[in-house]
Formats: sequence, C-alpha cells, structure tokens
Amino acid sequence: MSGSQGMADWTTGEGAIVYQSCASCGAVQYFRRAFCAVCGVPNPQTRRSTGRGRIYATSLVCRAATPEARAHVPYNIVLVDCDEGFRMMAHGEKDLAIGDEVVARFELFAGRLVPHFTRDHRE
Amino acid sequence: MSFITGVGLTSYGKHEGSSSLDLMSEAAALAIADAGLRRSDIDGILCGYSTVSPHIMLATVFAEHFGIRPSYAHAVQVGGATGLAMAMLAHHLVDANVARHVLVVAGENRLTGQSRDASIQALAQVGHADYEVSLGPTIPAYYGLVASRYMHEYGVTQEDLAEFAVLMRRHALDHPGAQFHDPITVADVMASKPVALPLKLLDCCPVSDGGAAFVVSRERTGETGVRVRGCAQAHTHQHVTAAPRLSELGAEIAIGRAKEASSIAISDVRYAAVYDSFTITLLMLLEDLGLAGRGEAAARVRAGHFSRDGAMPLNTHGGLLSYGHCGVGGAMAHLVETHLQMTGRAGPRQVADASVALLHGDGGVLSSHVSMFLEQVR
Repeated sequence: MSGSQGMADWTTGEGAIVYQSCASCGAVQYFRRAFCAVCGVPNPQTRRSTGRGRIYATSLVCRAATPEARAHVPYNIVLVDCDEGFRMMAHGEKDLAIGDEVVARFELFAGRLVPHFTRDHRE
Repeated sequence: MSFITGVGLTSYGKHEGSSSLDLMSEAAALAIADAGLRRSDIDGILCGYSTVSPHIMLATVFAEHFGIRPSYAHAVQVGGATGLAMAMLAHHLVDANVARHVLVVAGENRLTGQSRDASIQALAQVGHADYEVSLGPTIPAYYGLVASRYMHEYGVTQEDLAEFAVLMRRHALDHPGAQFHDPITVADVMASKPVALPLKLLDCCPVSDGGAAFVVSRERTGETGVRVRGCAQAHTHQHVTAAPRLSELGAEIAIGRAKEASSIAISDVRYAAVYDSFTITLLMLLEDLGLAGRGEAAARVRAGHFSRDGAMPLNTHGGLLSYGHCGVGGAMAHLVETHLQMTGRAGPRQVADASVALLHGDGGVLSSHVSMFLEQVR
C-alpha cells in the first residue's frame, strides 16, 4: 500500500490505532479499505487515533483455543467506542465496566502487540 | 407453493467412526423415506459445510457418494443460519419449478473428528482476521460481548440467562436422541465453569456429531401437509465490531419481512423454533422476534410460557443447548422437531397445537438472519 493508506498500526506491529475518514461524506471507518463503505468514494484519509474512548461491551475470556492464548487467561476482550467515532475490539483491564472512559496502551499478547485499554483519569 | 414433505435426524453427541458423509447419508435416507419418496425422485440437493472435511464442492461429493444425479446442486454457507437459508432457497426452487423434490442435508463429525480446540479455533475465524482474531477471542467471547451490552441496556441478569439453559435441558430429557440427559438447575448453570463471562459452560451449546435432513417438495406427499407460508432474510454485518446498535439487529428486520411475505402475525404463531447457540442468543432473538417484550423473556420462561404445555412451546427437542450442535445440522434439528410437532408425531413431546410455527436462525454474531413461517395443511 502507498501513501496515507500504509500508515502502520497495531495490526502491523506498530503501537498505534489508525482509522479512516471519508473526505466526501465524512464517515469514519475502522477496518481499512481502499474506499468509503458508506458512499463508495475511493481513498479515505488514514488518521491516527488518540486512543481515547468509552467501553461499549466486555467479555472476560477464561477458556482460550490456542496454547499461546491460554497462557494469558483470563483476559478481557472489550469493544471501545473511540472518541473519533469508530468502534474497535481490544484488550482491557479486567475490572472495566460499560461506560468507563478509557485510554489505550499496547501490550504483547501471544507474541503480538495488541491495544490494551485502561481507565482514563481525565480532568 | 412448497411443502416440507419429510425429515430425518440422527442422535447428537458422539458418533465414533462416522464421517461427515456418513452422518449426511444417514439423515438423508431417513428424510427421503419419511417423505415416501425414492432416491431417484430427488432432483435437487442443497447441503451445508463441514469444518472437519472442508470441500469446495460438497453437494456433488455428497450426491456421488449417496448415489443421486440431481439437476440442481450446491452448498450454502451462512454459518448457523445455513439450515433455514437452505430451506428458504429450496422453497423458492420448487416454487419456481427448478426442481420437484429438493433434499436439504447437513452432517458433521465435529465432536469426534477433531479436537475441541480445533473446533473452537475454526469457529473463532468468523471474526475479522486482522482486527479481531489476533486478540484471541472465541465465539463465546463474541457473544459474551453482545450479552454484556444487552444485559446493561435491558437489566437482564445471569440468572435470567440460566433459565434458558434449564428449559432446553428439561425439553431434551424427553428426546432419546439428545446429547444431554441430566437435569440441571439455575444454580448448576451459575456454578458452571466460566468460558467467556458473562457466559459460563452451561450457557453454551456443546460441540456434537450428528446429521439432519429434510425434503422440500412442490406437492405434499403425506396426510398432513407442512407448508412454507413465507420467509425472509436480513444481513447487517459480519463482525461484532461492525454490528449495529441492539435496536437495529437483523432478527427484527428479517421477521418484519417474513410477516409481510406470509401475512402471518406473531399472535397467529403456536410453536416456536429459535436458534439457541448460547442462552443470550435465545433470549435476545425471542425479544427481537416479538415472542416476548424487551427484557421480559426470562420471566416468561419462569411462568412456563415456553414450556411444552405453555402458550408458546419452544424447541421441544432441547435446542442446540441440549439436543446438541453439529454445525449446519444443529439448527436443522429445530425444523425436524417442528415438522414432527406439526404432523402430530412428537410422541411424549407432542404439544396440543402446532398449527402455525415460527422458525428463526442466526449465523455469525447475530450477523445473518432467516425467519420462516410454516403452516399445517390438512
């Protein structure tokens, strides 16, 4: 990939969360594509997220399917509504509750860098 | 117009030594015999998939193995919604004169053909390869996320969810083919091992071996006809990360379209067959379909509403949660049981009135939905 589309994020081993924003209709999307999934216009702009958001849902995984993941149980899978307007899946502190304001850092999980959200103590 | 003319179902659980094709063949032979047909009468085949024995042309692999040369055949893949999606397609195929008798078949040795880890891992792949799967979620975790949100918005408790596991187990006790035959209580569900909280082991359907089949025909072959009145689908997303808000999920859209296609109202329905991969799936779908008010499904279970002798008997064979789940065949068992109920052949599980039935299937993470109304014709 070339240009802004190639901006590295945690899915490629970089400690960052990126999303795309459509210059035409203004829609934001998290899953990388060569076009806007709402209006179809090509080349949405790739932007770096602040990593701040709010917990939408949580599930504490106690039974994992692979030996690599099993070494981490229990781990909390969370859906986060990021401030920029997109939703993402990530890891989070075990005691997070729906509605909590959170901020991302990055941790190793099964040999890969993954976003891990902790409570954000905003002023 | 189309009719479900015959059904076939194996027991679910362990079928040591049986392949996916063996289980498909067993169920198919039962369904064809039940319809009063010969193999040579079958001119269409629809089949599901097998995670144990994946193949790019499973329908023709099966047709050759079983000894049929159909004029129409292919596989269908919509996860847990596959069985009802095939029933819907078969309905349209016979209605459009493409085929006279379509055999719909699925079977998988999912329990003994591979390790539980392999099953869990294969199923987790419905998640997004880049943005979800690398985080180590499982299917229970995808549904655990949905459960946490639904419980938060509508005040549902873990004890509420447990009621559905208990109900499905109670129903399975009267079916010799069910995987589980030990009664359970809400306390047992609450004390079962955590899998992906809020879901615990007894909130989750098992992995099973089994096969299921039915025949969809242009004309009825039996004394009591089971007619497809109308059906519809809705697909809103694939990945839970991309799911719409709870009030915009596909079940409500599919049932709305199916009601329109069939001119049937929920108040006409006498029997319900609803997908129950997890307790939360069943609770949410019942409320999305309008079989219970928002946040009221568990109270209806406690009041006996969904019991065999209740106002809306539900999954009287025990559902995925207790009859078992062998993949595509899993939800087809719901249709088989519905057929037995509508033709008065459910034995000790027979309900008083199954004249109009609502079936609903869900694939992915509440991603793909199929609603169908069946009607008894004498």
